[in-house]
Amino acid sequence: MTALIEERLREVADRYPRREAAVLPSLYIAQEVYGWLSHEAIKMVSDSLNLPDAFVRGVATFYYMYRNKPMGRHLIQLCTNVSCMLFGGERIVEILKERYNLEPGGTSPDGRFSLIIMECIGACDMAPAMLVGKDLHGGLNEKNIFEILDRYE
Amino acid sequence: MEIFLLKGIDNPDSATLEAYRAIGGYEGLHRALDMQPQDIIDEVRKSGLRGRGGAGFPTGMKWAFASADPKFPKYLLCNADEGEPGTFKDRVILEKKPHLLIEGMVISAYALKAEEGYIYLRGEYSFLKDTLERAIEEAYREGYLGNNILGKGISFNLHVHLGAGAYICGEETALIESLEGKRGQPRIKPPFPVNVGAFSMPTVVNNVETLSNIPYIISIGAEAYSRIGSKECPGPKLFSVSGHVRRPGVYELPMGTTLREIIYDHCGGIRDGRNLKAVIPGGISTPVLPPHKIDVPMDFVNICRFGSMLGSGGVIVFDETSCLVRVCYRASKFFEHESCGKCTPCREGTGWLSSILGRIEKGQGRKGDIDLLLDVTGNMSGKTFCPLGDGAAMVVQGFIKHFRDEFEEHIIDKRCRFG
Repeated sequence: MTALIEERLREVADRYPRREAAVLPSLYIAQEVYGWLSHEAIKMVSDSLNLPDAFVRGVATFYYMYRNKPMGRHLIQLCTNVSCMLFGGERIVEILKERYNLEPGGTSPDGRFSLIIMECIGACDMAPAMLVGKDLHGGLNEKNIFEILDRYE
Repeated sequence: MEIFLLKGIDNPDSATLEAYRAIGGYEGLHRALDMQPQDIIDEVRKSGLRGRGGAGFPTGMKWAFASADPKFPKYLLCNADEGEPGTFKDRVILEKKPHLLIEGMVISAYALKAEEGYIYLRGEYSFLKDTLERAIEEAYREGYLGNNILGKGISFNLHVHLGAGAYICGEETALIESLEGKRGQPRIKPPFPVNVGAFSMPTVVNNVETLSNIPYIISIGAEAYSRIGSKECPGPKLFSVSGHVRRPGVYELPMGTTLREIIYDHCGGIRDGRNLKAVIPGGISTPVLPPHKIDVPMDFVNICRFGSMLGSGGVIVFDETSCLVRVCYRASKFFEHESCGKCTPCREGTGWLSSILGRIEKGQGRKGDIDLLLDVTGNMSGKTFCPLGDGAAMVVQGFIKHFRDEFEEHIIDKRCRFG
């Protein structure tokens, strides 16, 4: 572990009155470093907070946004909840399958995109919507979806 | 009504401290620090403010409970885990007016004698974390946060805690578990968080919008505030409107504004000249209303007479082309996905509802399925550990109550006429 990562782990732990409360932010750091929550990533968190591996893994698997397998270069988080469904969110899922061979929960064969189906990302006013990495895109349709995704190599 | 919560959001720099101060930001804090903590609690109680997260609990009462507990330290948590489908009002405050929330939190913390606070930001809003942390940094720099706030010897330190995609963490005890670094499963109540909350200490958990109302109450006084909106539930309310309206978005309106006014006067009516078929008034957990009920005043009390709930104020509008069986099925899939698994009626019930609704939607429904759905919901309502299961049951009951014909048609015709 580099000194920089150690420093970041210490910094997040300092925000809580009990060190072990820092599991969630530490998991985010581990996920960023390893790309997903591999055994090494979990170990990094459990060692840093002095918690059993199994406890940390148990926390990680409860939450939907921690990754239990390697991801593609760009993570697409697409909403298909009610407001997005009304405006064709599910059609976008089909399009991604046709164009990029991208299945929900999977990664395109070229490793470019991973797709996660989301339960409401709070962008119902711009339905259907998705996050690509940290960028929010709304008003998706059969045309602009490709223009948007072309920006992510 | 004068706009307060959304005042100034058209300014592209509205999230900065400078822009916030230009519209009178932090004046409420100056005023509050000249008051005694107990007087602030009394003022909030007199204002009639109710929690904007969904349950509508009187904020002043919650504060009084926490304040009366002799244990220290106390914690103030902001619930920014806005996960209720159809709701995006807190997103607008977090993105456009983070200082309004911070000011509300500092005043609240002073009233509650809490010296540590966390904003529990949903993982899906991680793109707002930088905005929020930048605002917090600015507030520290200007002495609005820290160990000697505005030179008055008052301490309040504020951190952002990022969630990781779990709707259940919007429930306050699950939120606390998650803040403490655990799986986000709800705790048994009592004890309530006001006595035994974060790190076993007295804790107040308030929604983003609730906390953002505090500077307003302090600025104009409880009496003036309590004259806004409906008598039973005063104040401004943010409504998130989505679905088949011409102008979806977040609207700040007085509590008690009718659904009809929201849809037709503020959102421009139904798109493409179509007719209204149904409205979910308060986020997906609240029972659907048919068109003849849209004169309902939207506040926590009056809406109950119309057979629904205000919830988060997330209004989802459906036009005549919508298949409500499909909507009901999609809502049930959501609850199945988000059930935390702790209690059996919710874990099993949400799974069964979604599976039965799924086959009806696909044209494979069986005779008796509608009664079976009602039977399952009857075994969930009031029998689950937290309100997630109640919500899942209420939604299905609401759709069947008002649109039973449509479910029967799917079962008899083995198809959906909406395609």
